[in-house]
Amino acid sequence: MLDELDRKIIAAMQDELSLVSEPYRDIAAAVGITEDELFARLESYRRSGYMRRMGAVLRHRKVGFSANALCAWLVPMKRLTEVAMLMISYPLISHCYARVAHTEWPYNFYTMIHGHTRDECREFAAQLAEETGLKDYVMLFSTREWKKTSMRYFGG
Amino acid sequence: MISEFDKKLLNIIQGDLPLSKRPFALVAKRLGAKESFVLERLNSLKAEGYIRRLGAFFDSERLGYKGTLVALAVEPDMVAAVAEVINSYPGVTHNYERDGSYNLWITLLSLNAEEEEGIISAISAIPGVNRLLNLPASEKFKVNVQFNLE
Repeated sequence: MLDELDRKIIAAMQDELSLVSEPYRDIAAAVGITEDELFARLESYRRSGYMRRMGAVLRHRKVGFSANALCAWLVPMKRLTEVAMLMISYPLISHCYARVAHTEWPYNFYTMIHGHTRDECREFAAQLAEETGLKDYVMLFSTREWKKTSMRYFGG
Repeated sequence: MISEFDKKLLNIIQGDLPLSKRPFALVAKRLGAKESFVLERLNSLKAEGYIRRLGAFFDSERLGYKGTLVALAVEPDMVAAVAEVINSYPGVTHNYERDGSYNLWITLLSLNAEEEEGIISAISAIPGVNRLLNLPASEKFKVNVQFNLE
């Protein structure tokens, strides 16, 4: 369980890490703890999965990954884990979820595929289809980004 | 074009940065460079827009938030207006226009199921929204946005 101090730390960690020699000094001071106490908490968040990582996310278009497709698959329920294990092994897949299906939208499995071009994404999806034997999928290429932000947690 | 050094630097900082007092000094050491040079390059790469965000990434669901993917079929000539209203919700973290009959795809984080229900019903009532699918995850297998620059 997260305590009051955890919520304070997590709220304080939502700004960008300052590009200075000692970026954690001001954060620890603002929370009112030492840097070592801050690191101990952050390590524990990392171990327990509260924090996925401390690092950078790049602008994918800017670094050459101009195409991205949300690929929705129809996967038999009993094959979900097996298919997921194969798909998540590929670095070009950043997100992989099983999701509820609807009668008018039967797809129950989603992968986000990144590529330099749409054709690269298409070829990669075709390869995944071949490897898994899955035939029913749609590729939803993004045409415009209207919003992409990180969530602000706990009033941070 | 970005230099070989910058590519290596961007690859490293996408991984887990060391939790230590001088993380960029450790990154610099791996690259055989000076800390001050690494900081200077990072400042430039950020200013030029290569880095979207450098910081801590948390798992929303582990922190107690409820997340979902929502697909919307929006009147094609009303997408901009609908997107603007939708983006005013802080819990909407991603909003992408995509090809297909469902042409707007958003991710939504809420404090709980009631809040999610309220936001989704408000979104479905925005003029121009014809149909809406709520697609909550039943299982999460991977979230890791890292690009290997070669």
